[in-house]
This record gives sequence, C-alpha cells and structure tokens, in this order.
Amino acid sequence: MSAGGLTQGPQVVLPEPAVDAGRGTRAGRLSGRAARAKRRLSNPWASGIAIVLGILWTIPTIGLFITSFRPESDIRRSGWWTVFGNLFTGENQFSLENYQTALYGSSTNLVQYFVNSIVITLPSVIIPITVALLAAYAFAWIDFPGRNWLFVAVFALQIVPIQVTMIPLLTAYVDVGIAGSFWTVWLSHSIFALPLAIFLLHNFMKDIPSSLVEAARVDGAGHVTIFFRVVMPLLVPAIAAFGIFQFLWVWNDLLVALVFAGGTPDVAPLTVRVAEMSGSRGGDWHILSAGAFISIIVPLVVFVALQRYFVRGLLAGSVKG
Amino acid sequence: MRTTTRTRRSRSLLAAGAGASVLALVLAACSGGGGGGGGGGGESSAEAYKIDCSKYDQFGDIDGKTVHVYTTIVDPEGAAHQASYEPFTECTGVEIEYEASREQEAQLPVRIQAGDPPDIAIVNQPGLLQTLVRQYDAVLPAPEPVVKEVDANFSADWKEYGTVDGTFYAAPYDANVKSFVWYSPSMFEDAGYEVPQTWDELMTLSQQIADDAKSGDVAMPWCAGVESGDATGWPGTDFIEDMVLRTAGPDVYDQWYTHEIPFNDPQIEKAWDTAGEILKNPDFVNAGLGGVDSIATTPWTDAGFGILDGACWMHRAANFYQAQWPEGTEVAEDGDVWAFYLPAQTTDEKPTLVAGPFIAAFADRPEVQAFQTYLASADWANAKAVATPAGGWVSANKNLDPELLATDFDRLVYATLTDEATVARYDASDLMPSEVGAGTFWKGIVDWLTGADTKQVLDQIESSWPKS
Repeated sequence: MSAGGLTQGPQVVLPEPAVDAGRGTRAGRLSGRAARAKRRLSNPWASGIAIVLGILWTIPTIGLFITSFRPESDIRRSGWWTVFGNLFTGENQFSLENYQTALYGSSTNLVQYFVNSIVITLPSVIIPITVALLAAYAFAWIDFPGRNWLFVAVFALQIVPIQVTMIPLLTAYVDVGIAGSFWTVWLSHSIFALPLAIFLLHNFMKDIPSSLVEAARVDGAGHVTIFFRVVMPLLVPAIAAFGIFQFLWVWNDLLVALVFAGGTPDVAPLTVRVAEMSGSRGGDWHILSAGAFISIIVPLVVFVALQRYFVRGLLAGSVKG
Repeated sequence: MRTTTRTRRSRSLLAAGAGASVLALVLAACSGGGGGGGGGGGESSAEAYKIDCSKYDQFGDIDGKTVHVYTTIVDPEGAAHQASYEPFTECTGVEIEYEASREQEAQLPVRIQAGDPPDIAIVNQPGLLQTLVRQYDAVLPAPEPVVKEVDANFSADWKEYGTVDGTFYAAPYDANVKSFVWYSPSMFEDAGYEVPQTWDELMTLSQQIADDAKSGDVAMPWCAGVESGDATGWPGTDFIEDMVLRTAGPDVYDQWYTHEIPFNDPQIEKAWDTAGEILKNPDFVNAGLGGVDSIATTPWTDAGFGILDGACWMHRAANFYQAQWPEGTEVAEDGDVWAFYLPAQTTDEKPTLVAGPFIAAFADRPEVQAFQTYLASADWANAKAVATPAGGWVSANKNLDPELLATDFDRLVYATLTDEATVARYDASDLMPSEVGAGTFWKGIVDWLTGADTKQVLDQIESSWPKS
C-alpha cells in the first residue's frame, strides 16, 4: 500500500466499514464496496475451506473437553473418540471427578490460584495501556527533537526476546528487594508489553485526522484536554483490542510468573498450578484436561464478550490504509 | 488496497485460530504423556512422629525464623513432605516455607545467578549438585552437625554422592531403587513359574514364557516403555546401567560414567547387547503394545499395565513405579503385583542401581543449619515414614525404623538398600555430563530401540561426550 493514502480519502476508514457505512456522503460508495466484498467473501469454496479448517482446529479442543469428563481408567484405556461408538451401547461413563480433583485435590484450593491470576492480570493490563497511551500520544502529536529515532528505538525493542532479559531483570528485582512479590510480575509484563502497545496505539492515533486535533487546538485546548476529549473516545476500540490481547497473554503466561514470582501458593497464578497438576512424576495426567478447562474459562469469556473489538481494533491500529 | 486489507485480516484470524489449535494440541500432547494412578503422598497422618528436641539447642534461639525450601516434589507427594517437617517446627518454632515446582531444575540456576537462591534446595541429581558447586560456586559445604548425622546414618557410598571435589556438601534425602522387575505373583503361581534368582534363570524363564506363548494363548514375557515427554529414553538408560553393573561389574561402571573408559568400550557394548537380548527380541517384547519399536513410544508410566490384564509377565521398573499402578491395584507378595530383584549373574553378588535427591544449602543461618541437621537425622526419616501412610517412599538412612514404613513393598526396597550384599551404584546418567546423561544417552536409547545397531549408537554417544 502506498504511503500517500495514509491520511486522505476513504482509505482511512476502510478497516471499519461497518461503522462508517451508514454515515456521511461516502455511504453509497461504501455499500457498493461492501456488496462486492460480500460477494467475494461468500464464495462457496472459501466458506467450505473455512468450515473444514474450523472443524479441524476444534477437534483437539473437543477431545480435551470430552476427556475431562471421563473417568481415569477410561482415559488411560481408550481414546476420547470411542465415546461416539459407545453412545449406542450405552457404555459411556461421565463424571465430574476430574474437576473435583483439580479444584480441591491438593493442599491449596484452586480458588487461591484463580485469585492470584486475577490479581496478576488486571494491573498487568492496566499499567502498560496507561503508559502506552501517554507515550503514543506524545509520539503522534507532540513534536519534539529525536522523536522519530526514539520511536524506532521503541519499535525495535519488540525484537528483544523475553528469555534474555530474565536473569538481569531478576537480579534488579532482588537488588530492589521486591523479588517473589506481585510487583515483579506486574512490572515485567508491563515492560514486555510496552513496545507493542506503544506501536499499535501510536499508529491508531496517527490515523485520527489531524484536522480534528488542530481544530481542538484552535479552540484553545491543551494536550490534556485533547487527549481526554478528542483522542481517547476515538481510541476505545484500539484500547479494548490491546486490552484483550494483553489480558490473554498475561492470563496464559507461565514463564514470567514462574521465574519472577516463583511457585509459592500466595503468588503463583493458575498456569503455574496447572503445570504442576500431573504430580512429581507426571502420574496424574488425567486431571490436566479438567485443569485446562477450568483455566480457560475466564479468557474464553473475555474473548467472546469483546471479540468484535479484537479484530476491528487490532487491524485499525496495525493496518494503515 | 482492499485485497491487502482482506489478506491481513484473514491472516490474523488464521493466526488466532492457529494459536488456539496449538494450545489444544500442546494440552492434548501433555495429557498423552504421563500415566499412572498418582498416589504416593496423600493425606498426612493425624499424629506426627515425636522427636527429641534437645538436639537443636545448639543452634541458639531460632524461634520464629523461616527457612525457604525449594523442591521438585509437588502435590500430592508434596503434602507428605510438608507434614514430615512439622516435628521440627514444633521443636524449634522455625517455619518451613515449602515451594515446589517441576521446573525447579531450570529455575534454580536462574535464581542463583540473580542472587536470590532459596535457603535449601532439594537437588535431584548429583550432576546438578556438581554444576551448582563448580559453575556457580553457590552451595555451602555441610556444617559439622550435618556431617555427624550423615556419618552416623548413611553408608559411605551415599555420602560420596553428595561430595564434590572432596568437599561434602549435601546429605541424601529420599532413596529410590531401580533394579526391580514387576510381575504378577498369581500369574506366576498359576503357570508354575519360579521367581528367577540368576540372570540365566531369568533368560530361561523368558524363553519358556515365549515358547508357551507361541503354543497357546499365553502372553509375551516382557513389556517395556521409555516414552517420557522431553525426557524420553531415560527408563531405557536405567536398563542399560543395570546391565553394565551385571555384565561388567561396579568397577567398570565407575570408569564408565567418569569417562575413564570410552562410552563405546567393548564391555559397555556387551552390556547393551545383553539388554538387547530382552529389549530387542521380538519374541520377548512388547506384549500387547506392538513390536520392538513400540517401546520407544509407550509411556513408561503405563507400560507395565499389561501385567494387570495378563498381556505380559514382567516389567523392569524402579520402586517408584508402585505409585503408577491404577487405583485399587494391590501391591503385595500375594496381591495383584509385586516385584523381584533384577537378578545378577550369580546369587552371591547383588549390584543395585539407586538414585535419590540431595539437600543443598545456600545459606548458613543457624535455623537453616538446624533444619539441614533435622533432614539428615533418623528422626526425619521416621517422621517422613509416618507422614506417608500411602507408602511409596523410602530413605537410605540406616537408622530408619522399617516398621514405620507404610507398605511391605517399601520394606522390601529398604531391605534391598541396606542389605550387606548390595553393591549400590548411583544412576550413571545422572552422574554423566548433562549433554550425554540427559541428552545423547536418552536419544541413543530411542535410536537403538527403533533399529540402529549397538555399535553405531555407542559411537555416536561417545562422540558427543564434551571435550574438556
């Protein structure tokens, strides 16, 4: 795509045609396009392939789901797919025993880890978004010397692998005296999330027509007013999208929590517990399926509830055109 | 431009879908990996073992202090370990903060490098202890009271495993005995088979079972499995180590893991070939599970279950396989399953493969040393035995009261450990450099079982031995 198309013309709104289709003078042109897009997208071949892929990708999850309700002896003796054959003979046995064991089977109730996961996740989502919004605004709308270089530097930080930062970061936490507390996880997740967050939010902010910001400035608005009254409302989809992205990443994270917070029950999140669930020698693997489903309930709810923002907002930030 | 947008969008959807399916696959793979009925630990008994508190007066006033212990022993087994620390806490008032993670072996060096080591770590192999001592200079030598306890309670062999470069660092914790063959006593009795006392008798018995199998509907003699996730191959290395002890003897064994003789020495090759008489003989393996190559893909945790179904007769596995049997399996001399000692060439010698974790300390505060002393004492061993009513735990502590052990099988294991005739050797793969012991040796087992010949595998492992 060409750089010239960045800020003028209908291209700006392309990522969210659904929102703009009904308003303004471009409506007619857009609905024509929408029709064309619909025609193309509803190609029966494409739909067929999409359905096949969808089924293929869902099979392991379904298998895991069925497994989680089967008794231990059945899990060990036969595959989950045998339940379909057994439907006719009525030999199927289902129980909630795996869930029972996963939830209450150890010395620490699983609820404790659930709470820890939430305590870890919320600040780890809010901190980077807050900081990234401010930074992105500065990069987009405040002209200061070296801005482009600094932005490239922030952008480049994305390529630093988490793994190489672990020991130096942990050393720093130990020196400051916060090792083994929630602070380490909150800070680490914020650090790792910021480059991408700044990049995405910056691109989205850049897409806001400069005339809007300039008009506000002419009316006497300072940066603070512009930020809260003009930019923020327009950014809601992008913030929501990045929020989900970061939420899922933090909730599913094992490495960062394990390295920085450790495995004690007062700080360990759900992922750490699920990783230990099969026992010292891996003998209790039959409860892993139940543990996995317990741990994905929250991200599933979050994703399903906010998914329209996810696709729309993420594309809006990354694809300028 | 429109096209670009569409491709991008579908690509990110694709990525999301792929992510989800990868997650599911990984979970599915995990759930296919392990096995066994768990057990082992379980609830701690109501009344804890009573100990003599005066021993800890020498450490001064340590009431109210905390000791942080970092182990790989997670629940359900972890609960019994925590319970076994209670007598110490009652005596001294020192709180034990117990942290368990299966990733401990990877995490421990990270924490040490970051300057945040635990007070005490239960280290699973002498190899890791050596790394911690030599590479990170982090482990503190055992204090005087601990040395005294270890001298009183453990054999010189066990003390030696916790010694690095002449300095004694770490007292032994648990003990495992690997030279066992699991079988079904009732099946043996019905068929009129005797428990073999020598290696030749074992081979004769295997042949007899195989012959009977061909003529009738009786199952194959052996079942085996070495699949264990990213550690696939280790159960096979135990088999080889047992054979080195039996065909070449303990002295060659010592030269072998210290690399005084090369890995592809003819004596070692002979041990592999002797193991191959069972593991690579399609008439002997792999009952109910497939051909020889199915050993590589059968989870070690489930491999012996054929004995319960009557599909196979014998399964060589360590004492901790006791915890893998499905719930309701009776482990007893007249029960569903029992184990006999993997016989040697003659009945006079009793080479035995053992393993077990060690207690490494990273702090020398009085309460840490007091706790170290407790863990090395007979008091702890007895308290642990009492705290483990489900069984599946023994210690090499000579002054452990066998009557306190939970099961007959644990007593058999303990008797094997403390038998005068037993020549114990520590699991060699845990003593070799990790490139070999936790790398090419494991992979070599898989190659060997899936068709590569012995010479070729041994040459390959030898070439991977780190040059220093």
